Amino acid sequence: MSTVAAGELLATQELSAYYGSRQAVADVTIAFRRKAVTALIGPSGCGKTTLLRCLNRIHEINFDARVQGSVLLDGQDIYGGDMDPMAIRRRIGMVFQRPNPFPTLSILDNAIACAPKGLNRRGKLEAAERALRSAALWDEVKDKLKTSPLRLSGGQQQRLCIARAVAAQPEVLLMDEPTASLDPIATAVIEELMSSLCKEFTIVAVTHNMQQAARVSSVTAFMLADETGIGRLIEADDTGKLFTKPSDRRTEDYISGRFG
Amino acid sequence: MTAEPRFRRVARFVSPADRGFAAVVYAGSILFALLIVGLFVELVLGSWPSIVKFGPAFIFSSSWDPITSKFGALPMIFGTVMTSLIAIVLAAFIGIMAAVFLADFAPRWLGQPLSFLIELLAAVPSVVYGLWGLFVLAPFMRTTLGPALQHVLGWTPLFSGPIYGVGLLTGGIILALMIVPTVTAISRDVIVAIPRDLREASMALGSTKWETAMRVVLPAARVGIFGACVLALGRALGETIAVTMVIGNRPEISSSLFAPSYTLASVIANEFTEATTSIYTSALIELGLILFLVSMVVNALARLMIWSVRGSERV
Repeated sequence: MSTVAAGELLATQELSAYYGSRQAVADVTIAFRRKAVTALIGPSGCGKTTLLRCLNRIHEINFDARVQGSVLLDGQDIYGGDMDPMAIRRRIGMVFQRPNPFPTLSILDNAIACAPKGLNRRGKLEAAERALRSAALWDEVKDKLKTSPLRLSGGQQQRLCIARAVAAQPEVLLMDEPTASLDPIATAVIEELMSSLCKEFTIVAVTHNMQQAARVSSVTAFMLADETGIGRLIEADDTGKLFTKPSDRRTEDYISGRFG
Repeated sequence: MTAEPRFRRVARFVSPADRGFAAVVYAGSILFALLIVGLFVELVLGSWPSIVKFGPAFIFSSSWDPITSKFGALPMIFGTVMTSLIAIVLAAFIGIMAAVFLADFAPRWLGQPLSFLIELLAAVPSVVYGLWGLFVLAPFMRTTLGPALQHVLGWTPLFSGPIYGVGLLTGGIILALMIVPTVTAISRDVIVAIPRDLREASMALGSTKWETAMRVVLPAARVGIFGACVLALGRALGETIAVTMVIGNRPEISSSLFAPSYTLASVIANEFTEATTSIYTSALIELGLILFLVSMVVNALARLMIWSVRGSERV
């Protein structure tokens, strides 16, 4: 973990997550590189999505969810007693596995669903354009901003969700298998987008797809569940190094396709 | 032209069992259509003497005097519509809020038994509601709730005038109680069925649970909730016994919600046994016909609205 330095924008310390009495993630300590894409990889059930969901406190909306340890955002523990989860979620945006635009809002209103309040019509339009441009969607939807997002393709819907997250001007962007439900062409567009977005945002992305991790991320973290089903961080390193010279045997087994 | 049907019969082989089953289910659905048509025809036939004698004036006249054989349905139409409106406004507000609570806010140990209790409310016979209304709600209205409302809102015609206890408002409240379980139970099911993804999307953007419920979940569930309200309204329009017991049974139109009134269903229930002349009976049946048509129109309008909302979402 030598290349992942301390003092980053977002980091976890001995983070453990539970669903009721079942532990899903144990003792994860990792710092996410600023303005870069960190990929979380690992087989199904290794706790990577749960870990991701702890980073913006969305994990705790499950009724029996619990978290131990800390997540530091700019050096501040987001699980500290005086922290407002709503404010944290505005600083740490999230994109989900399946595109989930708000079905009753227009494309325009989706894009600015959480843009700063109190904008006039013009300001709204500008905010929407900015967000949609940064999600590489503007040219495709600029003539139908008032229509329903459900008429867009899956890939476009997902980019709309990215625009919606970006419009809140977060510092961190979490992505939970953002291309899992998309076709290869839409996937390529999203991957390209991730590469350009990481100039502005610190991105943490869960992916099932090792090629994707290799293509888009500069750091890759490998997670694996132990015999009891508890997910642990095995190693995190520069993507190039992790895929060519992993330091842990289990990482090597996984990336060479021996399991998972 | 002649060869085509033979070709089709070969291409679409239907097993005899399927054909038999299809016949049964067809018969079932056609039976319902026939029932509705039959009901309508019977109502028209039964009310024909009244229709011929009074014409359209029956609907617009507000005198209801069996002794002189003067019959006008306007006060009952007014009473029916007003009580149902009061009921649906109250029930929609309370029921939707309750549904949001049960679906998204209540802890599991509380939500389940509470849902069950609310559904039990729907099983209470309406005459029991009526008794409660007569002996508890009406006195409470006369002594406490009515004066309090009048004290605050007495400057509007809606809440002025003498408070008898029985009246439009009391009838509306009883009806609201009776239909609130329908609104709540269906709305809750609709809200629960809204994908989790949407809630998480909203929460992840930094919305509170409250904002998520109001801005994301309820709009996504609006068609189903509207359907729940229409179903409840249908029940309110036709509800008879409980309303009859607390409405005051006076065929008058008053601007005050405290005033006694009458509903279409109540008149029929109260006066059918005393209808000695054939024109009286016929007038009562015409009231039934009007009630039937009002319910039909309400349901048809609701159906149209649901279709138009669904349609605009698809486009």
